[in-house]
Amino acid sequence: MDLFEYQARDVFEKHGVPVLRGIVATTPEEAEAAARELLPADGGVVVVKAQVKTGGRGKAGGVKIARSAEEARERATEILGMDIKGHTVHRVMIAEGAAIAEEYYFSVLLDRSERRYLAMCSVEGGMEIEQLAVERPEALARVAVDPLVGIDEAKAREIVETAGFAEELRQPVADVIRTLWTVFTAEDATLVEVNPLVRTEDGSIVALDGKVTLDDNASEVRHPEHAELEDAQATDPLEAKAKAHGLNYVKLDGEVGIIGNGAGLVMSTLDVVAYAGEAHGGVKPANFLDIGGGANAQVMADGLDVILHDPQVKSVFVNVFGGITACDEVAKGIVGALEILGDEATKPLVVRLDGNNVELGRKILADANHPLVTLAETMDGGADKAAELANA
Amino acid sequence: MSIYLTKDSKIIVQGITGGMGAKHTALMLDSGAQIVGGVNARKAGTTVTHPDHEGNDVTLPVYATVKEAMAETGADVSVLFVPPAFTKDAAIEAIDAEMPLIVVITEGVPVQDTAEVFAYLQGKKTRMIGPNCPGIITPEESLAGITPHTITGKGPIGLVSKSGTLTYQMMYELKDLGFSTAIGIGGDPIVGTTHIDALEAFEQDPETEVIVMIGEIGGDAEERAAAYIAEYVTKPVVGYVAGFTAPEGKTMGHAGAIVSGSAGTAQAKKEALEAVGVRVGKTPSETAQIVREIMQG
Repeated sequence: MDLFEYQARDVFEKHGVPVLRGIVATTPEEAEAAARELLPADGGVVVVKAQVKTGGRGKAGGVKIARSAEEARERATEILGMDIKGHTVHRVMIAEGAAIAEEYYFSVLLDRSERRYLAMCSVEGGMEIEQLAVERPEALARVAVDPLVGIDEAKAREIVETAGFAEELRQPVADVIRTLWTVFTAEDATLVEVNPLVRTEDGSIVALDGKVTLDDNASEVRHPEHAELEDAQATDPLEAKAKAHGLNYVKLDGEVGIIGNGAGLVMSTLDVVAYAGEAHGGVKPANFLDIGGGANAQVMADGLDVILHDPQVKSVFVNVFGGITACDEVAKGIVGALEILGDEATKPLVVRLDGNNVELGRKILADANHPLVTLAETMDGGADKAAELANA
Repeated sequence: MSIYLTKDSKIIVQGITGGMGAKHTALMLDSGAQIVGGVNARKAGTTVTHPDHEGNDVTLPVYATVKEAMAETGADVSVLFVPPAFTKDAAIEAIDAEMPLIVVITEGVPVQDTAEVFAYLQGKKTRMIGPNCPGIITPEESLAGITPHTITGKGPIGLVSKSGTLTYQMMYELKDLGFSTAIGIGGDPIVGTTHIDALEAFEQDPETEVIVMIGEIGGDAEERAAAYIAEYVTKPVVGYVAGFTAPEGKTMGHAGAIVSGSAGTAQAKKEALEAVGVRVGKTPSETAQIVREIMQG
């Protein structure tokens, strides 16, 4: 899960990373009140920052300075509701202003290829880091981090030295890097990125912006508090319903509903349906839905319930290879779901079953003889039939 | 021959008394694999009983530790069915006991735990497969994991895949030809055994004549495998990549995109494989067809 900047700021503060004060607002009125609280009595500024999980918001006009509470309200009015690369702005953060002397870059992340962690640091922050990495790779220090050792004092020193910080800045920056490492491990993150990390004119090192990605597995296993960080607004209602059932579902834009078991097979099914659709009016998969290993009748019924309520769906392809999952359970789930849905079920289903208990599964479906259900012998044949039905 | 697992492999199950552990211990026994015991500290001294492939009951001892289980049974493989919160400790226990092969089936292991286990493995005597994988099967010889042993038998194809059900699908498509070993390495960001490790082992295995490599979107494991194939693999390799039309997964941070050096898309992976002469099927059935063509010369 990716966090919003304001959530990252809160998490940073919790673990002792120096940050500026910031208050999240969802309306211009809240923005004005927040600015009133943050603006110093002797003038100064606040920054109104769009909260979206994408880069490039500055260029898109999503970050503006305000010199008064009224101005903060006006800027928030402009920014709220703005579209930034397909993300609608539902929140702004009103942040304290800072007198910036210099901007740096720091991140620590999971390095999949090397199967450890990687810290990256530069004294040239603020700009697009991909651009820096391409144009001046020597300006971006990359330091491997051993998961068993982490960023200790020595590693933090190595990072700041490799990045080329001036001697007097090394200790204060290293200290902040160690607090960011605490965020990385304590919150089970796969990415903690600060761009820019700044030195203010009074000499403090401050994380001015933050990007944090949390490991969903770890959130599930040992961070129940992370559930509060989820963005209910961004979740599609069908995705929310699937999630409530514990299903792994992603809404897509096509017409053929897909249910399968195992992420790899479901992805493969999406591809095969998309290819088959080329001959049937260009129909495409409507969703990704993995009912997982060992799925029983109830899980199958829950999955069908979600998909059949997607108004875009015109046909459904159930593609199951029973490894752990038993095909008779899948078949029972289909029959049971159709009974419960009754007249609400109006879309044709193509079902392809193979593997564990396949004969029994096919027999259950054949005996039920439901008018909406067609049995397919192969994955390719089923995909073709489902695409044809979606284009009818 | 085969890779990593043979009919002589002696297997213990960590988490043998849990739901998944019990179910798959029974299925592994049914496949004919030599399951010799299990580990659960709280149930040490008890036994579990399941029928073997001939229908005779086999009574398996439950030990307190992996070390004890190895000393008593001579086990050289451990399959882990422990819950994700305890997987790291269970794996480290097996590594400390110098278990030659551990197969971690558990799904949902925190990635920092896996990163620590992988770092801990360096310089040790253990190979880890997984986590979040279906395990490994050498048909008609042994099974360490959850792959159905009834799909197909022994044959000349070596298979390595991130995905469990795609492995089953591909074995099914090629069931008339059979497999030397099929290994599911798992789809987590960090896994103990990679495509490259399996390619290296299949290249050296005299029974494997053709290698099928199944990949999916994310990371750059397939691109790295392509580079490895160009340099070291002489046997024909047939590729399949799932996820051409899949939605973009979790948004990678900027920093992530720099590290992988690739968009991680199915198209990029396909192109990388084709660039080194690997034929890549568009669908599982087309992939199987390519394997057939190669086998028929």
